[in-house]
Amino acid sequence: MIGFRLKATIIKEIWAILRDPRARLILIAPPLVQLFLFGFASTMEVNNIRIGVLDLDGGRWSREIVERLAGSPNVKEIVPLHSDADLRLAIDRQRVIVALRFDPHFSSNVSARRGGVVGAVYDGRRSNAAQIVSGYIERIVGETGAISLPRTPTAIGGSVATHWFNPNLKYLWFVMPALVSVIAAVSVLAVVSQSVARERELGTYDQLMVSPLRVHEILIGKMLPPIIVGLANVTLFVVLLPTIFGIPLTGTLSLFYLALFFYLLALAGIGMLISVISATQQQAFLGMFAIAVPMIILSGYASPIDNMPAWLRVITWFNPPAWFLTISEGTFLKAMPVGEVFSNTWPLILIAAATTISASALFRSRME
Amino acid sequence: MNISLPLRRFTAMLVKETRQIMRDPSTFLIAFALPVMLLFLMGYGVNLDASRSRIGLSVQDSSGAALSLAGAYQQSRYFDVRAVATVPELKRQLVAGDIRGIIVIPQDFGREVARGGGIIQVITDGALPNTASFIAAYAEGVRAGWAMARVADSGYSRVPPISVSGRFWFNPELASRNFLVPGSIAVVMTMIGSLLTALVVAREWERGTMEALMATPIGMSEFLLTKVIPYFLLGLVSMTLCTLFAIFQFGVPFRGSVLALFVISSVYLVPALGQGLLISSVFKNQFVASQVALLTAFMPTMLLSGFVFEISSMPRIVQAATYLVPARYLIPQLQTVFIAGDDWSLFLPLMAVLLAFGFVLFLLCVRATQRRIA
Repeated sequence: MIGFRLKATIIKEIWAILRDPRARLILIAPPLVQLFLFGFASTMEVNNIRIGVLDLDGGRWSREIVERLAGSPNVKEIVPLHSDADLRLAIDRQRVIVALRFDPHFSSNVSARRGGVVGAVYDGRRSNAAQIVSGYIERIVGETGAISLPRTPTAIGGSVATHWFNPNLKYLWFVMPALVSVIAAVSVLAVVSQSVARERELGTYDQLMVSPLRVHEILIGKMLPPIIVGLANVTLFVVLLPTIFGIPLTGTLSLFYLALFFYLLALAGIGMLISVISATQQQAFLGMFAIAVPMIILSGYASPIDNMPAWLRVITWFNPPAWFLTISEGTFLKAMPVGEVFSNTWPLILIAAATTISASALFRSRME
Repeated sequence: MNISLPLRRFTAMLVKETRQIMRDPSTFLIAFALPVMLLFLMGYGVNLDASRSRIGLSVQDSSGAALSLAGAYQQSRYFDVRAVATVPELKRQLVAGDIRGIIVIPQDFGREVARGGGIIQVITDGALPNTASFIAAYAEGVRAGWAMARVADSGYSRVPPISVSGRFWFNPELASRNFLVPGSIAVVMTMIGSLLTALVVAREWERGTMEALMATPIGMSEFLLTKVIPYFLLGLVSMTLCTLFAIFQFGVPFRGSVLALFVISSVYLVPALGQGLLISSVFKNQFVASQVALLTAFMPTMLLSGFVFEISSMPRIVQAATYLVPARYLIPQLQTVFIAGDDWSLFLPLMAVLLAFGFVLFLLCVRATQRRIA
């Protein structure tokens, strides 16, 4: 049963969060903006490619390659170049990401089976996109090469790729469930970390101390409302993702919410630790910022954890968003079974226990 | 004496503001500790380059060809074969995330190869689209290499009819670190220019010390300048620290001139500071100001500036939104000055845009502050 004092303090804290119209806006608007703007912005696909072409050959095979490139859905524009200086400038100014150069004898070399070579200059400043584009170009040039031979004696075998969980490899399907994890983290941390620090800066902390409230009642009262805000935000996403973005929801929602509760509790625990340590709101904000940025970068949202060095991967074990990101991806896309959800949830339970216990211990020691 | 009075007033205010900043411990956190941390994370944590992927093998054929292809995967430097098992077992591991792909060498593979065919199946974890397309491409690459070697063994020589000779200018080793680390400097300057400024000035509003300062005879633009100059210098100091770190810790090349770097950074700090100041004078509340600065300055710099994600690949509406993000105009300059060298014909138009942003923001700032007083 929930005590009278506890109930009163929870109601008071909920009002404290919802009273200020600007603060109210901050709780609702950012998650939506983040979802729409940043969700669509976070793409690792490379589309709308601009390719420069310096065709000194003008023969059959160079035209064949250029036509095939122009027909590719990822290519937006073929920019004709007229000289080597032109080519250099186009790359320098980032007008094109790659420039192809066909020698005067390119087509005759291909026809005579001497092996035609296409020169390609990529803008290495955008190394990731350039690598992906080079993959496209190699493939198209390879295909053109294959048809240039009258009969292909050695086209042996091949491979058929099947992409489970996301057959068309839509990046959005990955980003949106990942954003659920990130946005919940940011909103809960932002609110909880301010809670105690704000009272301390405004002087109402002492009033709190002389009230009959126990430490655990104060802490629950401070942590529960932001958890409710987090639950509401995530629920909004759970509704929007399948309906508006067409992302499948294949897993068990009850399991997802169970994991979500511990995730939010772990976040609130971390936020509370920051808040108890900070003397002012500014310190609390900076502390929150200093924790939230690495949490997001090391969550697997920006780049896969698999690509990180081993010592950094060990750090991700202590990172709640990394665990919940796996659960979120699993629940939306992979129909994640109970066992897998649980093996990603127990670390969250441990983190939640460790942070809430140490926050209340610190709070108590600061009272003396 | 009369002439030098405004100047003395100005210097006095400037000294006061500078001291106030130097005394605040959070200044050091945000200007030195956070940038170094961010650089470390971007340098080590965000790796967009291809690396070894964990896969599982399911070999359903016992022919020599099947075993030799399986061996090719085990020896490949692109793959780390974690398990050789049946497809259902590997599927379980794929759902759990223990492996990212499955390569199935089907029954009769050996017989098909003898007939000039032989198709393998590659199953990937589509929940990680980047890794999935990487695995699909490299799995085919390993298979094609293996097939080519077999053909060569049997006496054919095969020169590809057309090949590509690619060169990556500016960054031949293709390290994503080389553009991520200079990009993080943009984030650091946004942190100091917009976030820290918004936070600190909002506190003055909240505590009422701002009104007290305004009651002094100092003019509005003078007043804003004294608020902004210390942060401007702090931003440059922090940028210098980051640059040294980028060069000596991460080995990022620096091919441009120091002068260009300082000019570029100084110009960027103008709109960044203007934005921070504007947020604080509009909202006058630390919590709201910090959240607004996070949402309108920090996040767009991370996500909409072309620093991690390609702008040209974004949907049209989002692309349009990126034009409102000052960092969008800074990132190409920083990447160029680090990786390519000085190119003033690229820098100058972008700088002009940034200064225009700064001008508008400061104008709005002066208006917002005056209205508050009235």
